[in-house]
Amino acid sequence: MGATSMSASLGKSSRWLLALACMTACAVAAGCGGSSNSATSSKAKGHETIGFLYVGPHNDYGYNQAAYQGSLAVKKAFPAAKVLEAENVPETAEAERVMEKMIRDGATILFPTSFGHLGPAMNVARRHPNVTFLHMGGLKNGPNLGTYFGTIYDTQYAVGQAAGMATKSDKLGYVVAFPIAQTLLNINAFERGAQSVNPKAKTSVVFTGSWCDPGKQAEATNSLIDQRVDVLEQHQDCTKTVVQTAERRGVLSTGYHADASGLAPKGWLTGSEWNWGPLMVRMVRTVEDGKFKASPYAGLYRVGVPSGVIKLAPYGAAATPAIRKQVTATYDRLKTGWVPFEGPIRDQSGKLRVRAGVTPNRHQLESTDYLVQGVVGKIPGGA
Amino acid sequence: MLVEDVLAGTVRSGTSVLFAAEGELISERAGVINLGTEGCMLTGALAAFAVTNATHSALLGVVAAVGAGALLASVHAFVVITCRANQLASGLAVSFLGLGLTSWLGAHYVSRSIHPLNRADIPALSDIPFVGPVLFQHDVLTYVGLALGPLIWLFLYRTRTGLILRATGENGAVAFAYGHSPTLVRYLAVMVGGALAAVGGAQLVLAYTLNWVENVTVGRGFVAVALVIFAGWEPLKATLGAFVFGGALALQLQLQARGVSISPFLLNMAPYVLTLAILVVASRGRAQRPPEEIRAVFGTTGA
Repeated sequence: MGATSMSASLGKSSRWLLALACMTACAVAAGCGGSSNSATSSKAKGHETIGFLYVGPHNDYGYNQAAYQGSLAVKKAFPAAKVLEAENVPETAEAERVMEKMIRDGATILFPTSFGHLGPAMNVARRHPNVTFLHMGGLKNGPNLGTYFGTIYDTQYAVGQAAGMATKSDKLGYVVAFPIAQTLLNINAFERGAQSVNPKAKTSVVFTGSWCDPGKQAEATNSLIDQRVDVLEQHQDCTKTVVQTAERRGVLSTGYHADASGLAPKGWLTGSEWNWGPLMVRMVRTVEDGKFKASPYAGLYRVGVPSGVIKLAPYGAAATPAIRKQVTATYDRLKTGWVPFEGPIRDQSGKLRVRAGVTPNRHQLESTDYLVQGVVGKIPGGA
Repeated sequence: MLVEDVLAGTVRSGTSVLFAAEGELISERAGVINLGTEGCMLTGALAAFAVTNATHSALLGVVAAVGAGALLASVHAFVVITCRANQLASGLAVSFLGLGLTSWLGAHYVSRSIHPLNRADIPALSDIPFVGPVLFQHDVLTYVGLALGPLIWLFLYRTRTGLILRATGENGAVAFAYGHSPTLVRYLAVMVGGALAAVGGAQLVLAYTLNWVENVTVGRGFVAVALVIFAGWEPLKATLGAFVFGGALALQLQLQARGVSISPFLLNMAPYVLTLAILVVASRGRAQRPPEEIRAVFGTTGA
């Protein structure tokens, strides 16, 4: 752990510590930030400094752990490069501060990995045209800022099939952080997958209003199980609490972000997993070669199952041979580039959103603002 | 059905706050406000999780939490009782010390797992319709929590030690004149308060979230401090307040699970607003008189 990592892992509290303990050193360092355009662009190939920012801890069995695994692959592929890491970076001006600090420390490539890091990254990118920003999951780009993401809703369809076949009550539950296009797409894919094998399957959705608040996750999971939900899926950054609460109450779980089969020896079915390493290595190499601006990585780059960025997690004890057969067949179909959003698709109100025979393209899908028929629960605030 | 589920959820999510509130109440009744309660909860949560992870014994985890919470609270006690520093400033500092320390020391425990504190249904009672699922199908610490308010009420109003504690909180000089050391009483009260808050943190991670993450309490300790004030320093009202808070938390999630739409932002706010509203209503008409020594803290904040 470098100094950056240390100070950032105390990030949330540091503002308070500043106020309380007068950490003068930090205050001075932050105060003389300005727009110091570091003269680091002349670094030799392979000797770049690369910065990674995570919104949570690197070992959360979830989103951040998956991104962190990517940074490990980058480290391995570029042994001479210096990799800076900062955990628990909030999606606020604090993220700008951390990025500025990394740039002062010589970073020429930055990986802000949380959805809400995009705004701060755009601001810092404008001030540092010589630094390349590769943002995970963003819906906007700039001259020196590209975004990339995986179409993980593809595998969520297969995971939904596993859930639809395994349920006895025909009630599935989904514990979601916030209603954004990414999460709505995953819920829709999951429910459509479940319906494809079990037309009676319904998915109840609960929003926790936080990417990682285990207290709310526990209560949300318990609430769903009280409603006779017997398979739990989630879209949270830290994933352990939902899986373990489900296991403890004797219901099944599917996963998202990372393989959690070890946490639910009895109830684990399968899940969607990220494999960021190879893509991140390719992107760093492109930037090194000076080919970033002409590459697809400078835009809104999206990859799916065929690229290997998205995988199906290993099957668990609850996945019967019939479930494995069905889900593996779907997974094989996804590997050919099939998109599981063929029309007709109707939203909860019955309105036709995708006409029969039409499959929306990736960018149309990313503007999804509705839940499909069969999902129980409303999108809060009409977001 | 909804009522039963919400009430069961109320007890599940309110218990950790209940421990912290009752602990803070003991401390304040002796004349010391401890805003470090949040830090004590976090310290207890991490200590309980780490020790349970290492020993596979939740009991040892709780014992470790008691020790860690009392230890952190003793820092506050030393600063405000022995050094006579400002209670509010010291309490805040202790809270952020707890947050920083546990974030740092706990980083490696985020990916670890424990054998959680399991549900221990009480025979016969847990089979009673409605009442059983709400009150008697929980973990051991929850049962202790349910008994805590009445026990502390008995302690404060029906025992000699409780009388000395209250006397110290009202007027240290008088307690001293009767041969009791206000310093000793306050040290003990603050440390018991910190230990109880830590047990709240332990209950949260051992029986509820089953996991440790940085700042896992998300402000429950500060809610507990507010509850004590709004409960008028009465242990039974503090229990009520903790469950109102837990109930609001459970209600919005139970409603969502039933398909009712609520904004996640409103949802984050609801427990705090509802708790404040109900306690303000509950305490209307009665004079809310803080212990005299606590009043002095607010009166002379420059001390």
